Amino acid sequence: MKVCGKVFKYGDNIDTDVIIPARHLTSADPEHLKEHCMEDIDKSFKDRVNSGDIMVAGKNFGCGSSREHAPVAIKASGISLVIASDFARIFYRNSINVGLPILECPGAADRINDGDEVEADFDTGVITDKTTGESFNSKPFPEFIKNIMANGGLVGYTGSQLND
Amino acid sequence: MPMTMTQKILADHAGLDSAAPGDLIEAKLDYVLGNDVTTPPAIKVFEKLGVKDVFDKDRVLLIQDHFTPNKDIKSAELNKTMRCFAREHEITHYYELGRKEMGIEHVILPDNGIVLPGDLVIGADSHTCTYGALGSFSTGVGSTDLACAMARGVTWFKVPEAIKINLTGRFKKYVTGKDLILSIIGMIGVDGALYKSLEFDGEGIKALSMDGRLTVCNMAIECGAKNGIFPVDNYTLKYISRTNPERFIKSDYKVYTADEDAEYSQMLDINLDDIDLTVALPHLPSNTRKASECKDLKIDQVVIGSCTNGRLEDIGAAATILKGLKVHKDVRCIVIPGSQKVYRQALDNGWLQDLDDAGCVISTPTCGPCLGGHMGVLAKGERCVSTTNRNFVGRMGDVESEVILSGVPVAASSAVLGRVGTPDEL
Repeated sequence: MKVCGKVFKYGDNIDTDVIIPARHLTSADPEHLKEHCMEDIDKSFKDRVNSGDIMVAGKNFGCGSSREHAPVAIKASGISLVIASDFARIFYRNSINVGLPILECPGAADRINDGDEVEADFDTGVITDKTTGESFNSKPFPEFIKNIMANGGLVGYTGSQLND
Repeated sequence: MPMTMTQKILADHAGLDSAAPGDLIEAKLDYVLGNDVTTPPAIKVFEKLGVKDVFDKDRVLLIQDHFTPNKDIKSAELNKTMRCFAREHEITHYYELGRKEMGIEHVILPDNGIVLPGDLVIGADSHTCTYGALGSFSTGVGSTDLACAMARGVTWFKVPEAIKINLTGRFKKYVTGKDLILSIIGMIGVDGALYKSLEFDGEGIKALSMDGRLTVCNMAIECGAKNGIFPVDNYTLKYISRTNPERFIKSDYKVYTADEDAEYSQMLDINLDDIDLTVALPHLPSNTRKASECKDLKIDQVVIGSCTNGRLEDIGAAATILKGLKVHKDVRCIVIPGSQKVYRQALDNGWLQDLDDAGCVISTPTCGPCLGGHMGVLAKGERCVSTTNRNFVGRMGDVESEVILSGVPVAASSAVLGRVGTPDEL
């Protein structure tokens, strides 16, 4: 499976409070959450983001709270993939559980620029910056993680396994 | 195979003889925790799973604390969802506000004698790592994991590597566990222990009370750690003899000790004599300074409370410092006892009177302002010294407000001085 989109680039330690501020946690509805995604560091994100776009950031992405609302908000915004040097552990686990694709790749996180056109192949782990022509290797998803993503998250995956 | 405390607890709960860093295991859970923000989405997932009952109504803990007493209609709906679920499934540890068991989740679980040494706990709240202070393994997860764990009472873990923090010496006057953990985060950074355990050891742990250890483990997540953990010693045993005498007498708990030759990915030696009163400036908990170097920072508000510093010892320290003094005319000082029990004890000890006389506002137990919920949200340009755990952009209110993290002595002193300050200035 491949995704391709325009890059929204952020720095290190992007925390869950800026991904989705706690004042908006009175509802877990993805349609509500996407209206406020990233608003405390990038007010225009929700208006500029298009379905399929890719988020690229530095180290410790998603640090802070355990709120699953954070990967849900990013996914509902239309983001098809988050690439970071590394992820905070609860965010990493939550992303897989809600079916938000994430790749750890310090090289890509360092070299890819805001606004670049990037393609990523989940089967090979290859990330290509089509704007600069550079490509990077990340560790591809194992089969079961790919299945979780394909089923939209752990619940869908669990259902598909039970129905097999 | 030599193992750390964390590895032993995980292996035991997975029915394995050993567990090495990187192993993926499925482990039985002693307790599964959710709050008013994370439980409602978990209930949706639980319903989608099509499961009829929770795995054990005594082991699923549902605590309303983030936006309670309900701050608005939406938060009232969240709580109603959780309340209905708790009643339907006859959840033992669901309490209404004002009851003697009630309070902030990470204050009441240890203090009500629910979590004991050796337990394995997950909670849909990142500060679930608090209970490592009792020699248990506890860590935060999201709502989907919470739902699956409520259904089955098991979850999967990747066994973490560990950083050993060897403590020696004694704290200087007024220095507490909060200054220690802020200093550690300052040293290793907000991702310094990513995916790892922080295992504390050394004769210096005797300098830390149980309340102090709970504060230290509470903020292990702020350097990315999966958990923080202290060995069980006489302090722990004395504490649980009070919180759960019944199980203490029966020795109904398990003490795990790290093997002497257990492997650690990093060793850190800290002499507690070297730790100063510490603050973390905006906007990361790792942005630490000596409090004495920040005396030119004027403030508008002080918050004393939260799952980090809302315990009895904390409220007592605030009252001792503020007794006979007045909160600065330009400052609001909000004191939030972490539980109904802490509130009542502080009342009986005369501490709430001392704080009231000083001009503090005393709130019902709630997470409230810590996450910018209610009971002390900041306006644009305002600055707060807070004993809470995070100072990210917009954490307590407007994106242009600022939170400075500190322990109780600095917070209480700052309330009087109207700027960042220390008790020796009073």
